[in-house]
Amino acid sequence: MEDLIIIGAGPAGLTAGLYASRARLRTVLLEKLAPGGQILTTDFVENYPGFPEGLSGFELVDRMKRQAENFGLKIAGKEVVRLELTPEKKRVFTDKEAMETKALILTTGASPRKLGIEGEGLLTGKGVSYCATCDGPFYRDQEVAVIGGGDTAVEEAIFLTKFAGRVHLVHRRDELRATKLLQERVKAAEKVNLVWDSVPTRILGQAGVEALELKNVKTNEISTLPVEGVFVFIGYNPSNDLLADLSLDFDDLGFVKTDDNMETSIPGVFAAGDIRSKLLRQVSTAVGDGATAAFAAERFIEGH
Amino acid sequence: MSDVLQVTDADFEQEVIKSEMPVMVDFWAEWCGPCKVVGPTVEELAKEYEGKVKIAKMDVDSNREIPTRFGIRNIPTLILFKNGEVSQTIVGAHPKSHLEEELKKLL
Repeated sequence: MEDLIIIGAGPAGLTAGLYASRARLRTVLLEKLAPGGQILTTDFVENYPGFPEGLSGFELVDRMKRQAENFGLKIAGKEVVRLELTPEKKRVFTDKEAMETKALILTTGASPRKLGIEGEGLLTGKGVSYCATCDGPFYRDQEVAVIGGGDTAVEEAIFLTKFAGRVHLVHRRDELRATKLLQERVKAAEKVNLVWDSVPTRILGQAGVEALELKNVKTNEISTLPVEGVFVFIGYNPSNDLLADLSLDFDDLGFVKTDDNMETSIPGVFAAGDIRSKLLRQVSTAVGDGATAAFAAERFIEGH
Repeated sequence: MSDVLQVTDADFEQEVIKSEMPVMVDFWAEWCGPCKVVGPTVEELAKEYEGKVKIAKMDVDSNREIPTRFGIRNIPTLILFKNGEVSQTIVGAHPKSHLEEELKKLL
């Protein structure tokens, strides 16, 4: 029997693991890939306090991993396939074994939301991308479109100007949602063309992306934008596949609801980071969630 | 660094296309965070499938010709080859269990 199982080794899970290890809880952190999570797709993190020069998402998460391991955290490369969670009993099943734990922290994160339009699935891997740092360098001197108007879309549009000849930033409204600093930067970026009031309706091409079909939401006019790449940053979906059959409370978008102490509607089950229903999904908020969840889990274990 | 076979534009034909064993090639680059998640899994598989499937990596930053030939525009991408032909393309980072399922189909 474990004291604590944490599922997902992004910043929230690694921080929960750090705090739990220092609390001397018998803890295991399960991760189906390798530690990292969404932040791995970020080329340069400049809003995580304590790193005034900025650093890559990979380096930040690698530091978190090493720090947690310094205090004895065990990270196991195992994929969870099923959960049985009740107030009395918490069981975690991987493809090979069953584990029981006194408390559980869900840090399964989120994944990029898709557009859900014609051509997107067919052309994923052939010009449709959800990771600018991975795929940007394939578009040297080419034209690309970025879909979205939030921080990620704007940051990645600016990042892509390092490679692409022209970046069309397509947004459904006539103003951006992104942080003001990023808005200033993108408006000053010569290679970025802002396409307002527009939503993508189809991605065209066979062997690769050739164009993006757009609809102007004010005039209903349809136009075609010739591009070789389409980068999609329209938000995130909760990674909640494992949680579907559980009696957890979710918000309308499927993120897990918790109280101020990160406890879900099942006592002894906590959620932290991007999977949690909250206002702001950032590394800085994930680590706070993770620390609180570990502390609350410790108190739960002591009380039982 | 890993001890997995690194292939290049120059030796791809010999090492992959003409290989008698099935081959899995991990197309990656230093700049790509998610590739670093796939890397350790590929290294494990290289040991576990030694003598059955040849597992190789290609750095797309220093090799341009082969990634272009196979239309690679997203990394990480894994391509599985059998008898010199593409038998499966896996785009993105996937758990080891998924990769093993695909490798078993090659045997």
